[in-house]
Amino acid sequence: MPDGGLPSVLDVKDLKTVFRTRRGEIHAVNNVSFHLEAGELLGVVGESGSGKSVTMMSLIGLLPMPPAEVRNGRVMFEGQDLLACNEDQLRAVRGARIGFVFQDPMTSLNPVFNVGFQIIEPLRKHMGLSKSRARARAVELLELVGIPDAARRLGDYPHQFSGGMRQRVMIAIALACDPKVLIADEPTTALDVTIQAQILELVKELRQKLGMAIVWITHDLGVIAGIADRVMVMYGGQVVEQGPVRELFANPKHPYTRMLLETVPSVTGERAERLQVIDGQPPMLAQSPDSCPFRARCPLAFERCEQENPKRVPVGPGHDAACFWDVDAGAPRDV
Amino acid sequence: MLTYTIRRLLLAIPTLLFISFIIFLIVKLSPSDPTAGLPLTIPPEVREQIRESLGVNQPVFVQYFRWLQLMVWNEPLHLIEGWTGWNVAPESTTRIISYQTRSPVMDLIMQRMPQTLWVVGISYIVGIIIALPIGIISAYRQYSWFDQLGTFISMLGFSVPTFFTGVLFIVIFAVNLGWFPSVYDTTHVVTDWDSFIVQLKQIIMPVMVLGLFNASQISRFMRASMLDNLNQDYVRTARAKGLTEKVVVLVHVLRNSLIPVVTVIALNVPAVFGGAIITEQVFKVNGIGQLLIIAIQSGDVPTVQTVSFIFAVLIVLFNLIADVLYGVLDPRIRYD
Ligand SMILES: Nc1ncnc2c1ncn2[C@@H]1O[C@H](COP(=O)(O)OP(=O)(O)O)[C@@H](O)[C@H]1O
Ligand SMILES: [Mg+2]
Repeated sequence: MPDGGLPSVLDVKDLKTVFRTRRGEIHAVNNVSFHLEAGELLGVVGESGSGKSVTMMSLIGLLPMPPAEVRNGRVMFEGQDLLACNEDQLRAVRGARIGFVFQDPMTSLNPVFNVGFQIIEPLRKHMGLSKSRARARAVELLELVGIPDAARRLGDYPHQFSGGMRQRVMIAIALACDPKVLIADEPTTALDVTIQAQILELVKELRQKLGMAIVWITHDLGVIAGIADRVMVMYGGQVVEQGPVRELFANPKHPYTRMLLETVPSVTGERAERLQVIDGQPPMLAQSPDSCPFRARCPLAFERCEQENPKRVPVGPGHDAACFWDVDAGAPRDV
Repeated sequence: MLTYTIRRLLLAIPTLLFISFIIFLIVKLSPSDPTAGLPLTIPPEVREQIRESLGVNQPVFVQYFRWLQLMVWNEPLHLIEGWTGWNVAPESTTRIISYQTRSPVMDLIMQRMPQTLWVVGISYIVGIIIALPIGIISAYRQYSWFDQLGTFISMLGFSVPTFFTGVLFIVIFAVNLGWFPSVYDTTHVVTDWDSFIVQLKQIIMPVMVLGLFNASQISRFMRASMLDNLNQDYVRTARAKGLTEKVVVLVHVLRNSLIPVVTVIALNVPAVFGGAIITEQVFKVNGIGQLLIIAIQSGDVPTVQTVSFIFAVLIVLFNLIADVLYGVLDPRIRYD
């Protein structure tokens, strides 16, 4: 429960997802906890492979099982634990109460059905609309996401849309049934920079109009800075730091967050000199999760980081980090 | 699409002319004598006269163009006359005549076509009906015992030739068990329930043999195509929309997976006719395949030429049908 006392829309506790592979278990998501408040935009950052997608897919049973297995956790959404729901109950949530937008708009739409069919499908299924009502709503939705000449374009196939337009269609599908939560998994990564900016504008605008909460996954801190209320940084399948966007950008407490912020090109035009690449390899998720996942690349690592996996501790108002080293005191934290 | 089809049909004409000429040359080059099958008592002068009357001593080009003229002009006119009763065809002498039976080749083909169509057509349809669900389930439950069993059986069905399975079936089901007749009686007419049962019994074995082969091939295609599609991003989108697995698999995935499978099914039709030649021989079905084999054995050039040409037409035609179907099923394909 957040500090304000209002119940969260989404409250995830100790989520643990592993992949069983021939070469052993991969701890893709390791004791992840976070919450999402009504109307809030939570940015999730972390380099590729840090478990962002797997975390979100675990919430509503979108992972292929096997090989995936959600081992532990509780996901409270609208009064029920999604991890305890059966397939039917989950299906009633997916696409209706929680909408999804994925990374690659080129492949995320079915190539052989026109976009009208693909938008109408969830409307008919979840809202029980008649064919003509669903059609009318589909036109509204396409207009809402800024597709010109919406009524005519319903009959068009995905390949007749540009990348940015397809992502708008995906957003229309995700928002079709007026969801409480929209999860956008790197929705602009595959797009040109200008198109990216347009999609960001669109989401900001839709959020004002519709008021849903949004989880925005990205590996681009620059995107997060302009749009998020709160940021959650992930590394090696864990949340390493979390806090309000200004606070976290001004006062990063985890060495990984600090390095990430240093790799962001300066906005003021100092150009790419400041752009450093983080040294070292991304974490091996196959290893057992009882030491800090970042220790091998961490400039501040000491013995304790080998022996224990740090828990998240409060480091500021609404701000926590999972590190044994207190960067302000320049000494180990006594927790 | 229509202009594309017309263009392809026009392009098919030179292709078929070329094919028919090559077939003609090959058949002509084979050292066979249309009089070889006649009794030995016939003196050489008479044999020479027979050859003369058949036109086999004329230059190859003359013979080819004569055949071609009969094939593309006289025979279609006869066909139209047969169907409509209009008196449009030239005298009955101007038709392609079989050396062996001395009757028009087209009449022989028309007599035998129904048998072949029944056996080949039913076995192909049976094969498809069996193959599609097996392919779908095998892919959806990849590496399950069902998939493993399906893989094993289709490997067998695909790699064991039909003349072997045919004989094996005859030995087991006709000779040892006595369930079905080993010979297909083409004179049998279905008039009532009992005669229908007789027809069913005699068609089961050839249909099983060909159907097993067809099903093996198509189910592999179906499985591979489903597996390709099951991992696509749009499947995840469909699930994220809250659709049931039934809709995800049987609407979203299947519709995509069928595109290459339907194409292969259409492309394979001529090959199935070709493969049926063997099966017809094994079960003594006197269809087109058997006609071709007898004609080859007796040096009956016009019959061999005409039947081969019909096979060539089938191949070209079903290639076109496959391409058109592809364009119809896949909205991304544009033939302009
Ligand atoms: N189907 C899978 N099988 C095995 N491992 C997987 C699978 N999907 C994801 N993983 C593992 O989970 C880790 C996290 O992946 P993901 O959540 O996609 O990262 P990202 O933060 O880039 O979204 C990956 O490093 C990968 O090792
Ligand atoms: Mg990802």
